[in-house]
Amino acid sequence: MVTMSDYAGLKPAWCPGCGNFGILEALNRALIEMEIEPHQVLLVSGIGQAGKLPHYTRGNVFNSLHGRPVPPAIGAKIANSELIVIAVSGDGDAYGEGGNHFLHAARRNHDITYLVHNNQVYGLTKGQASPTSDVGFITKTTPYGAASPVNPIALAIVSGASFVGRGFAGDIDHLSHLIKKGITHRGFALIDILQPCVSFNHKNTFQWYRERVYNLEDERYDPSDKNAALEKALIWGERIPIGIIYEENLPVYEDQLPALSEEPLVKQKIDPRRVEKLLAEFM
Amino acid sequence: MPIDFNFMVGGEAGQGVQSVGFLLAKVFARGGYHIFADQDYESRVRGGHNFFRVRVSDGKVDAIAEDVDILIALNMDSIELHQPNMVTQGIIIFDGEKVKGVSGNNGSLLSIPLEKLAEEKAGGKLMINTVALGAALSAVNYDLNMLNTVLVDRFGKGEVGNRNIAAAKAGYDYVQSEHKGNFRKIKPLSEAQRMLLTGNEAISLGAIAAGCKFMAAYPMTPASSIMEYMAAKSKDLDLVMVHAEDEIAAINMAIGAAYAGVRAMTATSGSGLCLMVEGIGLAGITETPIVIIDGQRPGPAVGLPTRTEQGDLQFVLHAHHGDFPRAVLAPATIEDAFWVTINAFNWAEKYQLPVIILTDHHLASSYATVDPLDLSQITIDRGTLFSEKEDDPLEYMRHRVTKSGISPRAFPGLGKALVVTDCDEHDEEGHLTEDAGERTAQVQKRLRKLFPLEKEIGTPQKYGPKKAETTLIGWGSTYGAIHEAVDILRKEDASVNMLHLNELWPFPAKAVADAVSKARNSYVIENNATGQLARLIKAETGYDVSGRILKYDGRPFTPAYIAQAVRKEGR
Repeated sequence: MVTMSDYAGLKPAWCPGCGNFGILEALNRALIEMEIEPHQVLLVSGIGQAGKLPHYTRGNVFNSLHGRPVPPAIGAKIANSELIVIAVSGDGDAYGEGGNHFLHAARRNHDITYLVHNNQVYGLTKGQASPTSDVGFITKTTPYGAASPVNPIALAIVSGASFVGRGFAGDIDHLSHLIKKGITHRGFALIDILQPCVSFNHKNTFQWYRERVYNLEDERYDPSDKNAALEKALIWGERIPIGIIYEENLPVYEDQLPALSEEPLVKQKIDPRRVEKLLAEFM
Repeated sequence: MPIDFNFMVGGEAGQGVQSVGFLLAKVFARGGYHIFADQDYESRVRGGHNFFRVRVSDGKVDAIAEDVDILIALNMDSIELHQPNMVTQGIIIFDGEKVKGVSGNNGSLLSIPLEKLAEEKAGGKLMINTVALGAALSAVNYDLNMLNTVLVDRFGKGEVGNRNIAAAKAGYDYVQSEHKGNFRKIKPLSEAQRMLLTGNEAISLGAIAAGCKFMAAYPMTPASSIMEYMAAKSKDLDLVMVHAEDEIAAINMAIGAAYAGVRAMTATSGSGLCLMVEGIGLAGITETPIVIIDGQRPGPAVGLPTRTEQGDLQFVLHAHHGDFPRAVLAPATIEDAFWVTINAFNWAEKYQLPVIILTDHHLASSYATVDPLDLSQITIDRGTLFSEKEDDPLEYMRHRVTKSGISPRAFPGLGKALVVTDCDEHDEEGHLTEDAGERTAQVQKRLRKLFPLEKEIGTPQKYGPKKAETTLIGWGSTYGAIHEAVDILRKEDASVNMLHLNELWPFPAKAVADAVSKARNSYVIENNATGQLARLIKAETGYDVSGRILKYDGRPFTPAYIAQAVRKEGR
């Protein structure tokens, strides 16, 4: 049986009260409830406070460069399609520095789960605006207020992601459930997670979110309806929907690769003689 | 009389220059000749001026020649531009009904109604180039049947194949009946079979033979054909080629795949490599083995997209910040590209570091005949691997500090060992650390890997007399041209030899210092503007070379060009 002790990692260096603690707890719970052992999981993170998460749980870890967790996650998934690959980013990592990878991973529908800790601010570099900061958010680098934010939910849906969800770090039960759904889903699963930053974002606080979030499961909502999903994606302000916003079975990138049809690439033997038949083509 | 014969096909992009050039090379390769062929084309899909040179020889050739024996001119530009290179007995094949006002002494003019024959005998203008091909072979009395089999191989037995055969016959017969000149006879030599392949094909084959299972890349001349080849073979050879959204993604995907335990590579050109630089350091600090192909072209920035240069040497030696080990290799010939690539994968895994292979447009896109490759000579060395049978997986540490600097690798998900690594400085387990002692230990451990790697570096290739007044020093794709220049100069009784490097980092300082210090004159020969190897030699040996023969117009060296430059230096 997999227990919480299997996932006891290093002591987090996050600020006390950080929203990241809720995300870490929700992820650990999801993995334990799914009976997944740490060696079956690969956590690929980028840089930022979110990027440290893999060190604070247990699993295989590739802590990558800023903005880049998605490409190595894709490479590793293709190399060993039996791995459960979870990429972890913050909003700057995913939607700023890594924006292009995000779009194309969604479009190609790679079979990975992408957790984005979205606190609408840069934490690690101490309080600059992020791509998801609300309009007018004043920071040291945006003295006249932040420009219009990226809408990650809408972007993921129109880019072709087959699973798009939003969670809240303050609702661990719901988030854990959502992460399980994301891991189970075959294809690119984005889970954008509202994560209060207690040090640098004094606007979008736990209290602010609690007053606004509502669970889509509590209303009649069909996440397979793309138009309805896009409508939900545009809701932000007085009310903020959380849950599965869009889910559909779409062709998965890895499924169309003939080389993966028998066994994972990493288990295939190297045989230089296989090149022999190619040499004949040059005669 | 030895045969060393040069064809040139010239025309606009879209006229089938590449196709005729390739078929010419192929039909003589089938006939047992040695071939070296290069392509000169502009960065456009239609129009402009392109040419394809095919050197046919009964001895081994690794370079192009400047002289032209037969020019197939598909347009007027080809005649105007290349007539000065025609040998006295040369022949220019052109369509006198279309190209008017051709004159000049150099080369006998062989006017053939190419378009008319294509339309009447082969059903359309598309076949003009094949009519010209048949005519060219007729002008040396070569075996038409050999061409027919090559055409069937290329175009199939259906209508397209038949039309090409008809077109070639029309051109061949026309020359035989209308031009009873005193043509040279070049007969097929033997059934001796060699492969005809490009540098990029040799690299692709090397990668596949080495067990490369994963490639990610973004199209860029001259590396794209590696992507295309790997993708084309991905089904039959069980490998994956991902066309990534950009070069940054490409190198990071390759690193992810390599971390997960498969041999992985990427390929690009200089300005794509600029985007990949962060990945070189990521591979360095995470000790992930990857192979990076840099097909150099003139820079900076977009430079000359379809031309050649050796301008990235200093760049790849230093690309990325901080100190970490890497290896840099530069294949000397097309055959060498196959073996260097296999070596690159072995070194990458043995020493867990990025290995960069420097080729260039000239090597990447030129064709050469290669003797059958002895696959039994291939060794696969995956380096030190962690064994769960012998050691406790719970004790596994990816970046364990060892005497050799090499930490046994485990692969995520294949056992119970957790494989943890980080682009931050990390402790032995792979978790991020800021501890001064751990940082120092990891830096030293990584750099220690260079010592055994240095021992792997072979002696640079030498050619010519052991002792000579002048030593020509080159690296990478210039091997063939320099080699032949030595022959030319030695026939003039010059005291010349050469030293050639296909392994550039770790730098073989002792061997190079020895050569430079012994020669009265030492000249580097480089396809760049500043003598990047000369600077490396100075930095690593303390010696200044006595001269630099440099070319940075985007065109490859010819043996004659080098010989002339050496004569000038010597004056």
